[in-house]
Amino acid sequence: MSEAPGGIVAGLRGLARRGKAEAEQEAIAAAALRSDRFRQEREPDWKRLEAIVARMERGRLSRLSDADVLDLPVLYRTASSSLSIARETSLDAATIAYLEGLVSRAWFLVYGPRVGLGGWVRAFFGGGWSRAVRALALDIWIALAVTVAGTVGGWALVAADPAWYGAFVPIALADGRVPGASREVLRATLFGHTKVDGLSALAAYLFGHNSQIAILAFALGFAFGVPSLLLLAQNGGMLGAFLWLFHSRGLSLESAGWLSIHGTTEILAITLAGAAGLHIGRAVAFPGEKSVLVAAAEAGRRAAQVMVGAVVMLLIAALLEGLGRQLIENTFMRLGIGWGMLAFWALYFTLAGRGRVDEDEA
Amino acid sequence: MSIRRHQRYADARARQIITPEGLALTFTLASRGARLGALLLDLLLQTLLLIVVIGGLLLLAAGLAKLGVKGAKMDNPAMEFIAVLFFISFFVLRNGWFLFFELGARGATPGKRILHIRIAARDGGRLDAAQVIARNLLRDVELAVPFALVPMLGGETAGWLACTVWLLVLTCLPLWNRDALRAGDLIGGTWVVEAPRLKLASVMSVAVPAASARAAPSAQGPAAPLHSYQFGEAELAAYGEYELQTLERVLREDQVEAMVAVAEAICARIGWTAPGGYEVRAFLGDYYTQLRARLEAGMRFGTRKADKFTSSAPRKFRFTEAELAVYGARELHILAQALHDPQDDALDAVAERISAKIGRPTPSAADTADFLGDYYDQATHHLHG
Repeated sequence: MSEAPGGIVAGLRGLARRGKAEAEQEAIAAAALRSDRFRQEREPDWKRLEAIVARMERGRLSRLSDADVLDLPVLYRTASSSLSIARETSLDAATIAYLEGLVSRAWFLVYGPRVGLGGWVRAFFGGGWSRAVRALALDIWIALAVTVAGTVGGWALVAADPAWYGAFVPIALADGRVPGASREVLRATLFGHTKVDGLSALAAYLFGHNSQIAILAFALGFAFGVPSLLLLAQNGGMLGAFLWLFHSRGLSLESAGWLSIHGTTEILAITLAGAAGLHIGRAVAFPGEKSVLVAAAEAGRRAAQVMVGAVVMLLIAALLEGLGRQLIENTFMRLGIGWGMLAFWALYFTLAGRGRVDEDEA
Repeated sequence: MSIRRHQRYADARARQIITPEGLALTFTLASRGARLGALLLDLLLQTLLLIVVIGGLLLLAAGLAKLGVKGAKMDNPAMEFIAVLFFISFFVLRNGWFLFFELGARGATPGKRILHIRIAARDGGRLDAAQVIARNLLRDVELAVPFALVPMLGGETAGWLACTVWLLVLTCLPLWNRDALRAGDLIGGTWVVEAPRLKLASVMSVAVPAASARAAPSAQGPAAPLHSYQFGEAELAAYGEYELQTLERVLREDQVEAMVAVAEAICARIGWTAPGGYEVRAFLGDYYTQLRARLEAGMRFGTRKADKFTSSAPRKFRFTEAELAVYGARELHILAQALHDPQDDALDAVAERISAKIGRPTPSAADTADFLGDYYDQATHHLHG
């Protein structure tokens, strides 16, 4: 007395039920319109595709079986051919709308980004960043020239008439570093920050602030690059005015060390951000044979990578400024670190990622 | 194909891309209102998250203070660590929120998900990380500007004014272009489209009679005939695809008042006595199924009937090429709207204007509808070759 008879009964019941269901199915099929039968035949595939797509959209890739992953492109093609047939043969608006939605959702996945954020970051540091920087070479040279011109101009103007100093350096930033200040006062601003307190907080704050400024320099490039260049020139002018002030009190070397330790990285980053803005501005102003929209989109893609890089550089610069400069008091060590960083960047940008183009950019 | 064209006029936000399979996929651009709503939702969520983060940091600080770490000043390493956490989380939250979510499989921030929109590459290609980054780098300037930047720039009035105007132009860019692109979309090569998630609705030609059988359980046995109403060729020829879809919508929505009204309208047109009670749904279901069968059969033979004004019957009015060439797509679209939503005065006025323009006598009041219908029909054919 046990499982066997029970099993048979259940099996028979199942058969009967199945028979009934089949009969119903046949009745339905007979009654349905031709286009509805077409739909009924394919419905299970659509539902399966919908389930796979929904799971992928929720980001649960690991829960997909291998069969599901392999079937996705096949199911996508089935659904898209169903859609094109339905458009020509069916007047069931709800089904067509459903299929259009389903096919476009699947389309986003099948033709979606091939690499995730992690893969992108690897490709970025592995050469994508350097390639993007090299692609902007012309803009970077222009931006650099503008910065240097700004520095020289700032120096020359303030040297001719110290009253210009206030135009370049806002009072809030001056912090006692004004024309007429004594050598001792100026020297104290370069050294003597030996208090170790609050340095990492300062670094974090500096990073956030400088990055937002760099993003601004980039985003303003949209106005044909002019505001980006103005920002660079102003930045250079401030630098020149500072340098003149310290030079005039015989502190050139010390001030160079004070600025270099983080400044080489920071000024390069701001120059890159300005160049990225200029790149977009040039694409908008002179799209060449492409349409403005296409040119802007291509330039934007390159410039965005340079910008991400600039933010990374500003993070490093903030660490050097907030920690390194305050802890290292030796001018020659400051100079060594600063120019060593510059050499590193120059090598990295010229050499990394040569001869290797990853598929995402191809 | 006049139906598709018709729909395209009706929906100015539809955009087509061609997939590598050669299938034309239609996307609907997200409305500006939906995008603004999504942005506000995102900002709200960001603010809430920031409040949570600050709350957590404060709790952490309080906990540390209790543990005996003295002083809440910056010279305390523990407090300094908390300050670092704050600056970094603020930066990450401000810049990372949109990036993180838009780089995901759904290409949408929580705000966009709630409103069923997402970003997509404008050229129909892959959406890559650089594009998402580019479109979000500009967001800061577009948004922060009117509130923060303009006062910051300060300085002389002329420069300040120029900056303000320029930045406002940048912010209001989406209002002034056809695709509602904001500056970030422009340089990112992206746009924002609707991403509806529709459930597959039930099969019409089966569900409808079943429903009517359920509606009258006692009167009819399980073997109720599926077609209790049979319509003749002339009765089915009264309507086209547009009306079929309206009928489908009414049946799916299943509102009694609407169904009664539609049944009465159909009966008035085909000269039947309108059914009442339970019969209404059965009547409409049968009419729907047979009309769809007829129209789909027509499709297989390459003839489509866009709406009730498209007639395959002999035309009352025939227009010459010159008469048809008078109007363009825009006027025909307006005419179609007038025909779909008929108000006699309006139709008469339209008929009068058209006949004046093409130099014919104004049709009599009884002929107005036929005149306009025939003109619309023939002009549409003429326009689309």
